[in-house]
Amino acid sequence: MTQLTSAPGPVAVAEAPRRRVSLPGGIDRVFRTVLRGAGLTVLALMATVGVFLLIRGLGAFSSAGFGFVTTQAWQPDSGNFGIAAVLVGTLLIASVALVVAFPLATGMALYISEYAPRRVRGFFTSLIDLMAAVPSVVYGLFGSTLLQWKGTDIPKWLSIQFGWIPFLDVPEADPDNPLSPNGVYMTSTFWAGLVVGFMIMPFICSVMRESFTQAPQGEREGAFALGSTRWGMIRSVVLPFGRSGMIGGTMLGLGRALGETIAVAMIISPVFVIQPHILGSGANSVSALIAQQWGSASPFGLGALMAAGLALFMLTLVVNFAASAVIARSRSGQGSDA
Amino acid sequence: MSTVEQTPMEQPAQRQGQPRHSRQQQETTREIPAHQGGADFIGQVTTRQPGPPRVGPPEVRRDTRTIRGTDIVAAFGALVAAAALTGVLFDQIAPFSGVVGFIAIAYPLFLAIYALLVSLEENALTVRDKVVSAVVHSTAVIAIGALGAIIFYPIWMGWDALWKSNFYTEDMADAGTLDPLELGGILHAIVGTLEQISIALVITVPLGLATAVFLNETRGVFTRLVRTVVEAMTALPSIVAGLFVYASLILLLGFQRSGFAAGTAISIMMLPIMIRAADVVLRLVPSSLREASLALGAGQLRTVWHVVLPTARSGLTTSVLLATARGVGETSPVLIAAGFTPYLNANPFVDAQVSLPLATYQMVGSSEETMQTRAFGAATVLIVLVLVLFVLARVLGGRGAGALSNGQLRRRARASARDRERYIAARAHQQAHFLPDPQQPPGPQQYGPQQPSPQQPDPQQGAQS
Repeated sequence: MTQLTSAPGPVAVAEAPRRRVSLPGGIDRVFRTVLRGAGLTVLALMATVGVFLLIRGLGAFSSAGFGFVTTQAWQPDSGNFGIAAVLVGTLLIASVALVVAFPLATGMALYISEYAPRRVRGFFTSLIDLMAAVPSVVYGLFGSTLLQWKGTDIPKWLSIQFGWIPFLDVPEADPDNPLSPNGVYMTSTFWAGLVVGFMIMPFICSVMRESFTQAPQGEREGAFALGSTRWGMIRSVVLPFGRSGMIGGTMLGLGRALGETIAVAMIISPVFVIQPHILGSGANSVSALIAQQWGSASPFGLGALMAAGLALFMLTLVVNFAASAVIARSRSGQGSDA
Repeated sequence: MSTVEQTPMEQPAQRQGQPRHSRQQQETTREIPAHQGGADFIGQVTTRQPGPPRVGPPEVRRDTRTIRGTDIVAAFGALVAAAALTGVLFDQIAPFSGVVGFIAIAYPLFLAIYALLVSLEENALTVRDKVVSAVVHSTAVIAIGALGAIIFYPIWMGWDALWKSNFYTEDMADAGTLDPLELGGILHAIVGTLEQISIALVITVPLGLATAVFLNETRGVFTRLVRTVVEAMTALPSIVAGLFVYASLILLLGFQRSGFAAGTAISIMMLPIMIRAADVVLRLVPSSLREASLALGAGQLRTVWHVVLPTARSGLTTSVLLATARGVGETSPVLIAAGFTPYLNANPFVDAQVSLPLATYQMVGSSEETMQTRAFGAATVLIVLVLVLFVLARVLGGRGAGALSNGQLRRRARASARDRERYIAARAHQQAHFLPDPQQPPGPQQYGPQQPSPQQPDPQQGAQS
């Protein structure tokens, strides 16, 4: 040590950065090959999902032509089929789900990150994670056998009070007749969307909570020091900081809502027309269509269902890629604490 | 009072700051007993400093509690008032009935009355803050309440079926839709779920673990591509996974619709979930540990096997268990790839095999009440399974990377003690066989170069820690 410091002469020529040409060989090379193989397998699995669906659905695509996206009916064996109705239904259910899930998730994420006592934060986080792990068939049970029977008043009231908004109207209902059956308010887009909203809430919430808790402590305390209330601090620090997390989480939830199958299939009664009245009976979605038609489909019908699955896959893929791009951008702002 | 609300953020600063300040002041006054400026306010001691004496109102100790008595009274009062008002309004004005309707009216009323009560003694800023706080808290109540309702509703509805032992030991072969609960059960679904999830785990765990290690151990375009694709696949619709397995495994490779195909489809659902969770956990392994291992001469395989994976063990367990909890509940892949059967089929490679969620889905579609009760019973078994997996994941996994449980700490201490014994034995052996050179002067250099270095006490430290 002392020798080095005492002799700063020509010995201390700056060494060029070394470049290790060959990685340690032997068993490590085999190891890396195995790892790369695993990565390749996963990539291949994921990449071929679309390819296989395309191959199987090609017959249906070519037979239906452009009508595949404009036809509402689903009678593949007579050649009259398309995904116009189910695709619109999917989007409607997902929109209702987002309307339900977004405020709930925001409130819950704010509660966990800002309001809850420090001791119970971990507990609530676990509860939300548990909610994400509850199987969708259980949500479906809840929605199909309890919620839509006991809660008929909600769509009834909404349709009576806000029936002038076109999509909240229920044309089949007769509000003046007190004995009118409540069935017109059941098996609707609204109920499916409500249940799906509860299902996707935990996913949105966990992304939001993560981005809220990353809001810099210094800026929070700065807001308080300037005399801000807690809500003022949240509005001026936490929400702007977590904005892209909120957007990304919501899109992630949207991706899930689009693909949700069993809970939707349990609640709705399928219709094959575009049903714009979300409170009225009858709805449909791509995944529910596949689940309900699968057992009774002919070979050509299977191909048509594969084609519908491919359309759904493409839709969710676009949404998910966009979501992960937004979330990735939100994480890059992590170190902005001055 | 000021508009600034007392918040938990401010508490530590005041708790630490104020007493320290006053202690300094008291010491100052003790040093100079006869002064005129001290103790001029009731209960207050000030320092005697050059300059004009302090003027203004006496400083009162601030109340730093976040919840004051008036808050509780206001919230409680608003709740009671809203409930009472809704009770009056309920049947006369509003078109609602039932519990849902009651809450739908009472809640906005509660918010309005609460805002009114707070506004009696606070300004608009505070009112807004309080109302938002009430909304956020009620959101949490709604979310947790919904979770509780969703979990306990099937248990409540399936209670009758859960206490029949035949529910767990029989399949539905002999039981028609009209038969009572004493006949038939969900054994076929339990067996199917266990077999399918085992198959899925056999595929998912090695592949997922290897991929997660791959994402962490290598860099480059390919790694980034794999990570992006895995992240995008996390939300792959489960029915699409089922369709994919049907198109590839069944139509192309000629397998039957069977439990094996369902397990494969479930594993495709589980893979991205597990890879992402494991990737995050592995990223938390301190790079200093990895570098230390490499610096000691270990290769990449040894580093991963002996350092990285053991350090992240608890987090990896969590990732596997959480993926399992998600996989167990998947319905649509089983619906597509295995199909429904009321019979017990223990062979996952031949013929249809049902799982718990699929059995629930099929049985709840029946109009008979006993079938529906069976469906709720099956859902309850499923929920219990998921709950057990989830709690296990939290108990086994809750620790961060490198944090050890008590048992692991004890085991490590024992290993260190063994190492110490080994070092001491080796040193004794060396001293016995290679005697110190008599020509060497005594002192710190008295041991020859072949002796263990002075670093030798290190194992003892390791044993203690």
